Amino acid sequence: MARALIRTPALARPGEIVEIRVLLQHPMETGFRPGVDGQVLPRDIVTRMEVHFEGERVFAADLFPAVAANPYIAFPMRVTVAGNLVVSFQGDNGFVHRETAAIRLA
Amino acid sequence: MRGLLLLLAAAGAVAAAEPRRSGYQDMAASTQVLQDDDAQNPAMLWVKDGEQRFAADCARCHEPAALRGAAARYPAWDTDLAKPVTLAARINLCRQRYVKAAPLAPESDGLLALEAYVARQSRGLPVAPDADPRLKPFRDDGERLFRQRVGQLGLSCAMCHDDNAGKRLAGSLIPQGHPTGYPVYRLEWQGMGSLQRRLRGCLSGVRAEPFAWGSDDYMRLELYLKHRAAGMVVDSPGVRP
Repeated sequence: MARALIRTPALARPGEIVEIRVLLQHPMETGFRPGVDGQVLPRDIVTRMEVHFEGERVFAADLFPAVAANPYIAFPMRVTVAGNLVVSFQGDNGFVHRETAAIRLA
Repeated sequence: MRGLLLLLAAAGAVAAAEPRRSGYQDMAASTQVLQDDDAQNPAMLWVKDGEQRFAADCARCHEPAALRGAAARYPAWDTDLAKPVTLAARINLCRQRYVKAAPLAPESDGLLALEAYVARQSRGLPVAPDADPRLKPFRDDGERLFRQRVGQLGLSCAMCHDDNAGKRLAGSLIPQGHPTGYPVYRLEWQGMGSLQRRLRGCLSGVRAEPFAWGSDDYMRLELYLKHRAAGMVVDSPGVRP
């Protein structure tokens, strides 16, 4: 049940620096915690986040076990043209998720 | 420290007007911001999931807007069972009776998602417990449970949440225990949880054996807690530290 919420400004002025906010639903199990039976739970984290805007990579991040569950990541971006923002994630156990959001110009 | 004292003094001034304080009012400003912004509130992930589940299963009978106020009112009487049921129990009863589907497991993501989505419709409304007179004996039982000493530590709910609310227990503030924001995303849990999970946490905290999942005792306690919080603002789905 992976899900990501992307918050973009409703309308951006050309050349404006806007904040893109991404909230991803993921347990981010560290691989260090014992479960109810005392056995260490296997690691299950998101390892990579990439954001492409109209074919160009605008943001990327490597994630590590210290990141909390349901990570929230925000970054600034300068908008010059309207287009689609594609946010993609990769992680342990073949986890892949992709979400898109449109950015429109005022 | 000085700032904290001033803050406590300010909190005291507000308390004079309305002695009751919700968990929302008692938490840090940064956590309040996290809850208020839908793009940051992690509980919205469950709400979105609940929206889809609602559209798939519930929308053939219910308009989402018609459920405004449901979370503020529940627990409410169920005629067939001849007892009050909580919102989560009502969702599962609806699933069994009308959707003809298996009930969702307690604390499962699906049930929390539906509960969060329904509770979201009541955001901003005052807690308005059902006035049905048949609820009274159950509510009175709930109050008795609230004041009953339990566990190896021999504490009742009231000893912390009435008598010592506002003080600190191992660094964390003791809230007054008003269930205004459930289901909540609790930062400590790093996940979503129901009031039942919160009550279980308290029970095991005083080293009592928690009631079984879905036990009527949670419903009784919830009835009393809702009565105690009547008129306070619903802020579901909340974020709590």
